[in-house]
Amino acid sequence: MNPDDRQAYWRANLRLMATLLAIWALVSFGAGIIFVDQLNQITILGFPLGFWFAQQGSILVFIALIVVYAVRMDALDKKFGADDYEEGGVSH
Amino acid sequence: MTDIQIWTLVFVGITFSLYIYIAYASRVSSTADFYVAGGGIPAPANGAAIAADWMSAASFISMAGIIALAYNGYAGSVFLMGWTGGYVLLALLLAPYLRKFGKFTLPEFVGDRYSETARLVAVLSAIVISFVYVAGQMGGVGVVFTRFLGVSPTVGVMIGMAIVFFYAVLGGMKGITWTQVAQYTVLIIAYLIPAVAVSASVTGNPLPQIGFGQILGELDELQRSLGFEAFTEAFTDPRYGMQNMLLITAALMFGTAGLPHVIVRFYTAKSVRAARYSAVWAIVFIGLLYLTAPAVASFSKLEVLDSLNTTPSGELPGWFSTWADVDLITGPDGAPLEDLNGDGMFNYTGGASDIANEVAINNDILVLASPEIAGLPAPLVGLVAAGALAAALSTASGLLLVISSSVANDVYYKRVNPGATEKQQLMVGRITMGLAILVAGYLGINPPGFVGEVVALAFGLAAASFFPILVLGIFWKKATAMGAAAGMIAGLAFTLAYMIWTLEIYFGGAGIAGIPPTGIGTIGMLVNFAVTIVVSQFTPKPSEKMQALVEEIRYPGRTKLVEEHLKEG
Repeated sequence: MNPDDRQAYWRANLRLMATLLAIWALVSFGAGIIFVDQLNQITILGFPLGFWFAQQGSILVFIALIVVYAVRMDALDKKFGADDYEEGGVSH
Repeated sequence: MTDIQIWTLVFVGITFSLYIYIAYASRVSSTADFYVAGGGIPAPANGAAIAADWMSAASFISMAGIIALAYNGYAGSVFLMGWTGGYVLLALLLAPYLRKFGKFTLPEFVGDRYSETARLVAVLSAIVISFVYVAGQMGGVGVVFTRFLGVSPTVGVMIGMAIVFFYAVLGGMKGITWTQVAQYTVLIIAYLIPAVAVSASVTGNPLPQIGFGQILGELDELQRSLGFEAFTEAFTDPRYGMQNMLLITAALMFGTAGLPHVIVRFYTAKSVRAARYSAVWAIVFIGLLYLTAPAVASFSKLEVLDSLNTTPSGELPGWFSTWADVDLITGPDGAPLEDLNGDGMFNYTGGASDIANEVAINNDILVLASPEIAGLPAPLVGLVAAGALAAALSTASGLLLVISSSVANDVYYKRVNPGATEKQQLMVGRITMGLAILVAGYLGINPPGFVGEVVALAFGLAAASFFPILVLGIFWKKATAMGAAAGMIAGLAFTLAYMIWTLEIYFGGAGIAGIPPTGIGTIGMLVNFAVTIVVSQFTPKPSEKMQALVEEIRYPGRTKLVEEHLKEG
């Protein structure tokens, strides 16, 4: 990888990370705690929505975030032609 | 012997033989295999092993009960969001880069990146955190054996020690990883079956994660009528107002991301890409249990409140007397069970009720009793016992490996005898592991009174010590050795001092702004960040080579610098 590509790769990586972590904070600290009372006014399938975010929704979103991260990083590696991963173990 | 005991014996016997067989089949002879399974574990298996390692006796046995009883519903979300949310930080901010850095242990990263002093602080923290944790696991093993097989806790812990000794000492990380895959399978089946059965019979929906919505209205109503606050309502308890919910959740999240025994698992992945997919599999496997726990909490709470407050004490279902017999259901404050108002029932009521509360239920029994509460037959009760043991043993073995590798690799090989052969290192690793098992067993049989408290606090300490210097070490080339050492010490000292000041068993101080000892780790972490950044401005920068290496681990592929770094050992 040439220096320009490296910089572009790292920028894209950071951008993806920042977006995912913003969502991470929004569903847990935001929907699950700060706005829980307002969201609890809405009930879906018996769940007050704020309570649902705190006990189900946030976890479901966390799973999605990690899946998206792995898939997007794969695509990024491929785009920069860096998808020939070393398969060797950890040497010592 | 009762039916339940026979079935418990059957399941425990089958699963333990399986673990031993796996350990024998994957025994190892090199240090790389012993510490990181030679880096050759496929992603789904590694994910299942991480999940089993991650989910301790606390997640399996206690969490649903803590949510339902101790935290009365909503406030229990701190554990659900905290433990899984921390995993996101780990997967995005730490795992891929640490894998690329490619060493065996967390202290190794800290030592290579910063300094020998920092390595020493990291070794000590890793060992203390691991021992605190492992004592809790061994205690959990004791509880299960006492309750289900009627043996003394001492005998129970000793059986657990013998099993762990066999597969951890023989198989190292390779044996532990494959055993954990089996243990995950056992524990998740044991957790899901009672939950699915209850949900199907109560709501007609076999998916407990969706089904429990249908009973929340009824549960809130019942709780209010019995003088409790509503189950789903937020901030009803002044101890868990918005500020403290945020602080405790954050402390658990950042602490989870800094736990040494989980981070090391990513070194067992084949490549950086495999490390990312291990993280995917692990969160899916972990999520399955964490999404089910609140359903178990709600269904069990409803059933418990309903039966205790409507059924005459002589006609209560079987689970009540089994647990009352071993003093895990008692009167308030551990007093003997007594029908205070003489209405023929053991009333279980909240502070706002006219009827005085007559019952205290231990958090740990809710999950263990869940098959009986669901009216499931004896074989399934035995399965849950085997699942609880799987959760405790899998976490214990992962922690023991951290202790052994910290001593054998970071202390013995790096400091005492750098010329040690593979064979000598393995021997030291195995001996350390054996000794660690003995200490852990001793702590499990004679738990120091404060273990329960300290386990919860270990997360705050991990957040205040490890997390900031790991993140800065990866993302900020100019973070210096002295900065990191000062940051770790400041974060730890601040957090420890506040905990000792506010904990009831020490000084019981009022604290500042009502921040509980469980939430202070978040502030300690900010202190650590600030100190590391400020001190780094005024102290000698890392070597050009180290700065270049930190830069290298950002990019995919194995580059020359990384190659050299790995060879240097």
